[in-house]
Amino acid sequence: MDYLTLIQLLDSTVRLATPLLLACLAGLFSERAGIFDIGLEGKMLAAAFFSAALAAITGNVWLGLLAGIGASLALSALHGVASITFRGNQLISGVAINFLAAGMTVLIAQDWFQQGGRTPSLMAGGRFEGITLPGAEAIADVPFFGPLYAELISGHSILVYMALAAVPLTWWLLYRTRFGLRLRAVGENPASVDTAGISVVGLRYAAVAICGVLCGIAGAYLSTALQAGFVKDMSAGRGFIALAALIFAKWRPWYALWATLLFGLFGALETRPDVIEAVIGMRVQGQLLGALPYVMTVIILAGFVGKAVPPRAGGEPYIKER
Amino acid sequence: MDVMPKWAEVILVPLISLLLAAIISALVILAIGEDPIAAVNLMITGALGSTYGWGYTLYYATNFMFTGLAVAIAFHARLFNIGGEGQAMLGGLGVALACLYIPWPHWTLALLGATAMAALFGAVWAAVPAWLQAKRGSHIVITTIMFNFIAAALLNYVLVNLLRPKGQMDPATARFPEATQLPTLHDLLAPFGIEFSKAAPANVSFLVAVLACVALWVLIWRTRLGYEIRAYGHSESAAKYAGISPVKITMIAMIISGALAGMMAINNVMGEAERLVLNSTEGAGFIGIAVALMGRSHPVGVFIAAILFGFLYQGGAELALWTSIPRELIVVIQALVILFTGALDNMVRMPLEKLFLAARRARAPKPERKPVEPAE
Repeated sequence: MDYLTLIQLLDSTVRLATPLLLACLAGLFSERAGIFDIGLEGKMLAAAFFSAALAAITGNVWLGLLAGIGASLALSALHGVASITFRGNQLISGVAINFLAAGMTVLIAQDWFQQGGRTPSLMAGGRFEGITLPGAEAIADVPFFGPLYAELISGHSILVYMALAAVPLTWWLLYRTRFGLRLRAVGENPASVDTAGISVVGLRYAAVAICGVLCGIAGAYLSTALQAGFVKDMSAGRGFIALAALIFAKWRPWYALWATLLFGLFGALETRPDVIEAVIGMRVQGQLLGALPYVMTVIILAGFVGKAVPPRAGGEPYIKER
Repeated sequence: MDVMPKWAEVILVPLISLLLAAIISALVILAIGEDPIAAVNLMITGALGSTYGWGYTLYYATNFMFTGLAVAIAFHARLFNIGGEGQAMLGGLGVALACLYIPWPHWTLALLGATAMAALFGAVWAAVPAWLQAKRGSHIVITTIMFNFIAAALLNYVLVNLLRPKGQMDPATARFPEATQLPTLHDLLAPFGIEFSKAAPANVSFLVAVLACVALWVLIWRTRLGYEIRAYGHSESAAKYAGISPVKITMIAMIISGALAGMMAINNVMGEAERLVLNSTEGAGFIGIAVALMGRSHPVGVFIAAILFGFLYQGGAELALWTSIPRELIVVIQALVILFTGALDNMVRMPLEKLFLAARRARAPKPERKPVEPAE
């Protein structure tokens, strides 16, 4: 494998890892606050549809992004009402949200566009285009660093850079601010937070809302940057891979970056069987490679390789003593 | 003391939840510019108006009965088996191997053998997450989700690389031999002089599913094991104190659950397709969650809910055929049923409890209140 192929492979790794990273960080906020969220998939899907739909109607991708975030936030609110206010089962609520998104997106797409449950293809302006970073063209011919900068680092859409910036931001918010400390505490021991006179319900709603915003960006990326338009079920299990990455990262932001990049690499390799064959000298079935993130998550969750311990109060509705 | 009488808890709460789901579904149909009443009429004629419609309704209901029972038995042990889909896929693989590689003399023996293989494969696929939960403490919901994806990848691999006959393009096994083909309801009812549609896929597996409902009822409410499973589900610490092993109950409940989900394959793989294709389960494993929630994990409830979802499925297909309402409406209804009966049940229960409390207070004689002497 030559250098340029490697750069290309890493380039598509970054592209594929971006939605995973955003969704993974979304899940991180929610689960760190003690709200399990298996509805990441549904929220991404709803956001993907509404951002593509608005971008197609208005021709403005930023309005699309806002609509996507709005749709995702609405589903987050539903999850919050079910699992925080009415103390329902968080897992069942997540399952319901996934199906709601899967059904409603096609239903609305068919009603609005009559194209068999898809949006029209997005033209320029309706998509997030790649950004050429300053000096990328100038040094493109420099050996080694030229292609690295011009092909791998430069040329992504703004959402990719936003996702990467979200990692240190999340770290800072969780570990260096009062809000972050409280948010982590509410996922470990909500009673102590309550005793300190801080609203458990308020904190958890805040976490679920942040989760909604991040899922919204992830969904918008799918339909307006990675692809040009919405198609049925386009999230294709990415919400669950993000969930897997979250466990793989043991609920920590920097690890989330590495985990999603790793799973992104698997995704990139799936489309390049020739590269795998060249590197390890044997053919690997694409389907088996696709299952690798799931297998690895099961192994890590079982504690065979480093134990992943979830937030202690995860999944439990908080009931004040009466 | 319970705040609500038992009938309100068992019948009123789910009924109101369902009503809410139905109202929102009607609003959705209105919003996309169709008439909900006409839609319901069309669904009823399409799903129940002919033996052909009934044949499809019962065929779908058979799938949902198996997967619904699977989720229900796990719920009794307070385990959420979200992996019915993967277990049913593996069940399909078991059925395919049994039908393709064993020369069965008659369909009755083939049905027995295929059922055993389907149950075995499904059980194994559920046993691994169960073991990981019981012994290693990994969350069963996450593991079963992961196992769904692993099952899909595995099946894809097996169909494309191992079981596909040479020269065939689509990833599917060869057709099962003649002797393994199950009699349809048409064949079964003909001796009694009942004319049933020949084209509909409902088959003898429906009776197996009904039998499974009865067997599960006996297991849950009439055996020691069932008692232990329920006790464990109510309170893990109390069950432990009573000498019930959590590892044993987790394993057994999940193995039964996986076996039931796997057994779905005798209906869709052996009874209908008569070969194993990709994505043969078509999401039935997930509908099992809605069915179990709606049926409140009781075999009778699961039976009724499965028939209702069978009706929705067949009716929804008719809607998609004759109106501009896409099939995905069913997915929305399914989501609403799960949401209202599973996650938002407290939203219905809390006001009802207040209502019953108020009614009880109004009926009970008011306690005499002594006038408080004003302090000097």
